Amino acid sequence: MSLFSSLGALELGFIYSLVALGVFISFRVLRFPDLTVDGTFATGGAVAALLISGGHDPFVSSLAAMLACGLAGMITGWLNVKLGIMDLLASILMMTALYSINLRIMDGPNIPLITSDTVFTLTQPGSIDDFVWRPALLCVIVIVVKILVDAYFSTRSGLAMRATGSNLRMARAQGVGTGRMVLIGMALSNALVGLGGALFAQSQGGADISMGIGTIVIGLAAVIVGESILPARRFLLITLAVIIGAILYRFFIALALNSDFIGLKAQDLNLITALLVAIALILPKLRRKRRNRGGA
Amino acid sequence: MVKAKLTTVLSAALLSTALSTGTAFAADKFVAVTAIVEHPALDAVRDGVKEALAKEGFEEGKNLKWRYQSAQGNTGTAAQIARQFIGEKPDAIVAIGTPSAQALVAATKTIPIVYSAVTDPIAAQLVKSLDGSGSNVTGSSDALELEKQVDLIKQVVPQAKRVGIVYNPGEANSSVVVKQLKELLPKSGMTLVEASAPRSVDVGSAARSLVGKVDVIYTNTDNNVVSAYEALVKVGNESRIPLIAADTDSVKRGAIAALGVSYKGLGEQAGVIVARILKGEKPGDIPSETAKVLELFVNSAAAQKQGVKLSDEFIKSAKVVVK
Repeated sequence: MSLFSSLGALELGFIYSLVALGVFISFRVLRFPDLTVDGTFATGGAVAALLISGGHDPFVSSLAAMLACGLAGMITGWLNVKLGIMDLLASILMMTALYSINLRIMDGPNIPLITSDTVFTLTQPGSIDDFVWRPALLCVIVIVVKILVDAYFSTRSGLAMRATGSNLRMARAQGVGTGRMVLIGMALSNALVGLGGALFAQSQGGADISMGIGTIVIGLAAVIVGESILPARRFLLITLAVIIGAILYRFFIALALNSDFIGLKAQDLNLITALLVAIALILPKLRRKRRNRGGA
Repeated sequence: MVKAKLTTVLSAALLSTALSTGTAFAADKFVAVTAIVEHPALDAVRDGVKEALAKEGFEEGKNLKWRYQSAQGNTGTAAQIARQFIGEKPDAIVAIGTPSAQALVAATKTIPIVYSAVTDPIAAQLVKSLDGSGSNVTGSSDALELEKQVDLIKQVVPQAKRVGIVYNPGEANSSVVVKQLKELLPKSGMTLVEASAPRSVDVGSAARSLVGKVDVIYTNTDNNVVSAYEALVKVGNESRIPLIAADTDSVKRGAIAALGVSYKGLGEQAGVIVARILKGEKPGDIPSETAKVLELFVNSAAAQKQGVKLSDEFIKSAKVVVK
């Protein structure tokens, strides 16, 4: 694997870390199976691309993208909490609606950003190449986001949200407004995914309506890979594991892209990726089993 | 412990990729090709590139290293393939489809990129102008001259006033066609009636919604429509609405006529451009091309079913007649 493709995998890994953190909050913390992210990843890209191509500041545009996606996530939560629509279905409805909304936002399926200034080009020091700068800046962004997320989940509100997910009745009995916690959590989760989408559009030359497809699968895979490779109980370590999982997942794809030497072809890519993820999930378990047997 | 485990996994991953990167002979030219998705038309482009390169004296296994990757419909993967290819430093990269081309153009300003099967390369910001971009990008676009398409509609259904179109609003190429048709049709005294099919299963119901509202249904090379063309044919035959396509394969499946780009030919054009680059020309000096080869396909049986009488002269002008 060349330096370039490793840095490319790292760059996408950091972007999808934000998605993975978002998915972690909905699926793991709130236990809310949320498919909205397939829509909000593209919404984040769409809003950012629209504003940036309209001459607005890329940083403000990215924040606006986060807000829009947070709102979308909140609506999913609202459909569930206030209108009593089953969680999975509520998120599917929102995801479906967002497809049309995204087309409206972009007034078409694609907004290119190839010639526009982005958060990457504006901050890039002249002495550093863009393919090095992009992952570097993303690394900083992901670390800041991780610290903020960790900090939030140690506040009263954050602990109440964790309680809502792990035992709804108990949380309610303790006086937690669980409905409100779900709304906030879903907003937070989708805002992070939207930030991922906004940064993806800026690093990949534009937003496209198809960019959200499969986001939930990548996010979930990242969460699970991270958890199995770095099993941890402390919140700080769990979020770190999720980020590592997202990066590893991209390296698996890079690996699969390099697998033609054993007679595999382009169309086998998704299969190889799935196999690599499966191996990553099984290996730690096998090792634990062996260790347990040795101990006995 | 945890750390050790992590490093073993990572190092295993890195080691096996290190082993896997192939080596090319120094004298060989190296062309890397990527497509956003597998699809008969896009695959034909790829094959066209390869054949044209062979004709120009660059043959795989002899003096050409050829590499192909499909993103399997995922833009994230497309971005990663772009990075991967750039890292391998090929002599030229062929990008088939808009998202693949954008990911590459955003990632390199130096390695020559030849796009193909992109309908509007300027709107996609791949090139600044069609005659010599001055950058590292050139290619062959599948934009159809819509005037010729409108002429075809008039030839097949001279009395048509309302033209229906079924398309996926999520496809960049289709929305370009719809926008242009809206401006173009009124000049010939016709209007456009849209029906959207965001998924291929929606094609049938979208077509049905046009019954009674249109005199003819025209479709572009929209991926959803092309993959579910039979659903459109069913509606056309039942309601006697003439169908005109832009994808020549659709004629075999039940459209009356199509004046379409030969995607193989489009790929060959891209292949010739690649060969020019391999021989030392600068991509920025090579103008972007549109399809040179247009082929008229006619289906006389479908015409009968959909209530249209075709003139012998028209049938004679077709390259292929399906009966």
